[in-house]
Amino acid sequence: MTEAPPYPQKRTCPYEPPAGYQEIGERGPVLKVRLFDGREAWMVTGYRESREILTHPNLSSQRTHPNFPIVAPRFRSQIARSLALIAMDPPVHDTYRRYLNPHFSLKAVRRMRPELERIVSGYVDDILEQGPPADLVASLAVPLPSLVICRHLGVPYADHEFFQDSSGAVMLGTEEESAKAAQDLVDYIDRLVADQVKNPTEGLLATLVRERVQTGDIGHDELVSIALVLLIAAHETTSSSLALGIITLLEHPDQLALLHADPSLLPGAIEELLRFIATTDLVATRVAKGDIDIAGHRIKEGEGVLVSGTLANRDGAVHTRADVLDLRRENPHHVTFGFGIHQCLGQNLARIELEVAFHELLTRIPGMRLAVDVADLPILGAGTVQRVLELPVEW
Amino acid sequence: MRVSADRESCISAGRCMAATSEVFDQDEDGLVLVLVAEPAGEQRAHVRKAAYSCPAGAIEIRSDDV
Repeated sequence: MTEAPPYPQKRTCPYEPPAGYQEIGERGPVLKVRLFDGREAWMVTGYRESREILTHPNLSSQRTHPNFPIVAPRFRSQIARSLALIAMDPPVHDTYRRYLNPHFSLKAVRRMRPELERIVSGYVDDILEQGPPADLVASLAVPLPSLVICRHLGVPYADHEFFQDSSGAVMLGTEEESAKAAQDLVDYIDRLVADQVKNPTEGLLATLVRERVQTGDIGHDELVSIALVLLIAAHETTSSSLALGIITLLEHPDQLALLHADPSLLPGAIEELLRFIATTDLVATRVAKGDIDIAGHRIKEGEGVLVSGTLANRDGAVHTRADVLDLRRENPHHVTFGFGIHQCLGQNLARIELEVAFHELLTRIPGMRLAVDVADLPILGAGTVQRVLELPVEW
Repeated sequence: MRVSADRESCISAGRCMAATSEVFDQDEDGLVLVLVAEPAGEQRAHVRKAAYSCPAGAIEIRSDDV
């Protein structure tokens, strides 16, 4: 029996899997991997198997389970283990999700488009005024999702730097930094919710106060935990997808030329970028609450389960030339937003932010190129959101 | 082809409506609505894509064209 390979591993190129994932993929679609703390967990690397296991009734998100797999020290914190929705199973998960669905549905998000276009246009005005060069992380990829989620929730944008820094530290800091940042966020949101309960203004928080807190459906602390997850989830993932998407396009000039020639390719191109980049590396962390038979393996009750978006999205059993970026790919299926009942609540908001941002950059800065070698863009975050700290471009 | 959707399992991902807004819509709760129960012609391929993309398995297709 060969030893379980270590997981996660760090990418060296922002959009390519680490070299060591080749072996993991070859030993898939279901295998055991070894985590940093020496424990082993099952990993699913196949696309079809990912869909199968993510809809299996014996798969649980209860992070308080003693065997729940922990992929990095920062995920050991109490707050990380008790996140609303993400760390929950039905029925409470489904109840919360129903409260939020109307505010993140495709239809609801499409109504936000004109405002998103105004916001992005303003950022690109600033970029053109101040550059070249420009750092697209600081000037677009970080502030855009931040402003959008602040407005959607109805939280003061004046505090956006606090949100940006804190949610970044939660996802990517050391164990201590992550726990402290999460507690700071909880304290801050606690005060916001208290203000809204006294005097509901506008935005999703106020709506949830009126529709759910004042009716007695949920308590103050539950709304705080929901708001915390919305803020964290909205910041890091979209921001990184935007930055990595731009890098990927700039490093594939033939594909970028297709988009310049035919902007109507953009929605499909975004799906292919989401597939190719697999921003979060890992798309699910779970524990089996009963035996699960999959791909000839039996995952036993109490064993940890991970789903690799990076590998499932490049499954050769589903995609031809899976390692090639092909913006015209007919079916760019991916599990970047997960699958099953936990599939990303904000997926449509993320898609439209990416679409509006890419469209604006392509049309207004058509000659954009990387100002540094892609190898000089350091990547943070193995096994979670893949992030570049800066993205210098010129034109 | 007949298509139906289970609003109990719907999670408002909107993949159906993204595949074809001629056949699928979302109500004010974000839940799926089937606009055309018997899609025809080109719509059928979009409906199959919608059913495959649905993360909640909420879309059922009964095909009588065997």
